Amino acid sequence: MDKKKRLGVQAVAALLQNADFRGFFTGRVSQMPTKAVCVPGLNCYSCPSAVGACPIGALQNALSSYSFKIPYYVLGLLLFFGALLGRAVCGFLCPFGLLQDLLHKIPFFKKIRTFRADKYLRFVKYAVLVLMVIVLPIFVKLTPVFCKYLCPSGTLAGLLLAFSDTRLFALFGSRFMWKACILGCVVLASVLLYRPFCKYLCPLGALYALFNRVALVQMATDSSACIGCGKCAAACDMCVDPSKTPNSAECIRCGKCMTVCPTQAIRYATPLRRKPEDPPQEEATP
Amino acid sequence: MKQRRILFALLALGAALIAVGCAQGQPAAVLSKAITVCLECIGIG
Repeated sequence: MDKKKRLGVQAVAALLQNADFRGFFTGRVSQMPTKAVCVPGLNCYSCPSAVGACPIGALQNALSSYSFKIPYYVLGLLLFFGALLGRAVCGFLCPFGLLQDLLHKIPFFKKIRTFRADKYLRFVKYAVLVLMVIVLPIFVKLTPVFCKYLCPSGTLAGLLLAFSDTRLFALFGSRFMWKACILGCVVLASVLLYRPFCKYLCPLGALYALFNRVALVQMATDSSACIGCGKCAAACDMCVDPSKTPNSAECIRCGKCMTVCPTQAIRYATPLRRKPEDPPQEEATP
Repeated sequence: MKQRRILFALLALGAALIAVGCAQGQPAAVLSKAITVCLECIGIG
């Protein structure tokens, strides 16, 4: 897919998820009833303009409440988003992903493509999902651990809220400083590396990654058309080799590989459509 | 074919979970949390 088209989709998605601008003038979070529905991407509901609920925040709140109930609704939404889109959510719908994409466009004399610990650090996001989003909130009541100690989207929302209502600045203490440091690190790392938060820390990305192989939106490589030039793997910012693993858990479906492929061997695919090489079903004869 | 079955099963399961959650009034709980400032999220609480 064309870079500009994807950026357009990302911008529209981010605007739709943050469409209530009144909060920037009143210093309050949006009270719209649409906040009963979780958005697919990482978008803190404490952002003054957010019109949906953050699925990770909602999940932790449900798990950490004293009256513990299985959060069917949030789990169902996550399952639905995951099964439909997989990590295409990261590539197209996540506002925090868009922010990292924009930061990575800032010119820097040397961008880092990958490094030695990269492939190990990719597993950290799964640990964050299991420990900080599921296990710890169940045992430490009323504490959304990921939101409280790690989530940079919440810190950004807090800053935006504080600029709308400056009295909040007086309440910022050591925990805010900790979270601001994390946000700062993510921002700096995003200039150097492509989407460091998505690659290493995002629990939502980790969850959607589990669906990438079965989701409705997939990638497929036509092995008869692939000439093995390696241009797709070299172009992929998530360091996936689409000619070998088009449905890798790390693929965010940005489509950059499709644009650089000289033989158009890579395309978007769906399990609903029969593959061209499948033999046509014979009609039953009487 | 197998992938297609898994996909439909996941979508059906997702829809069923949403329906069960709605029947239990869980969207209201999500809403009540989402319309108040989450102090933990912004680094205060």
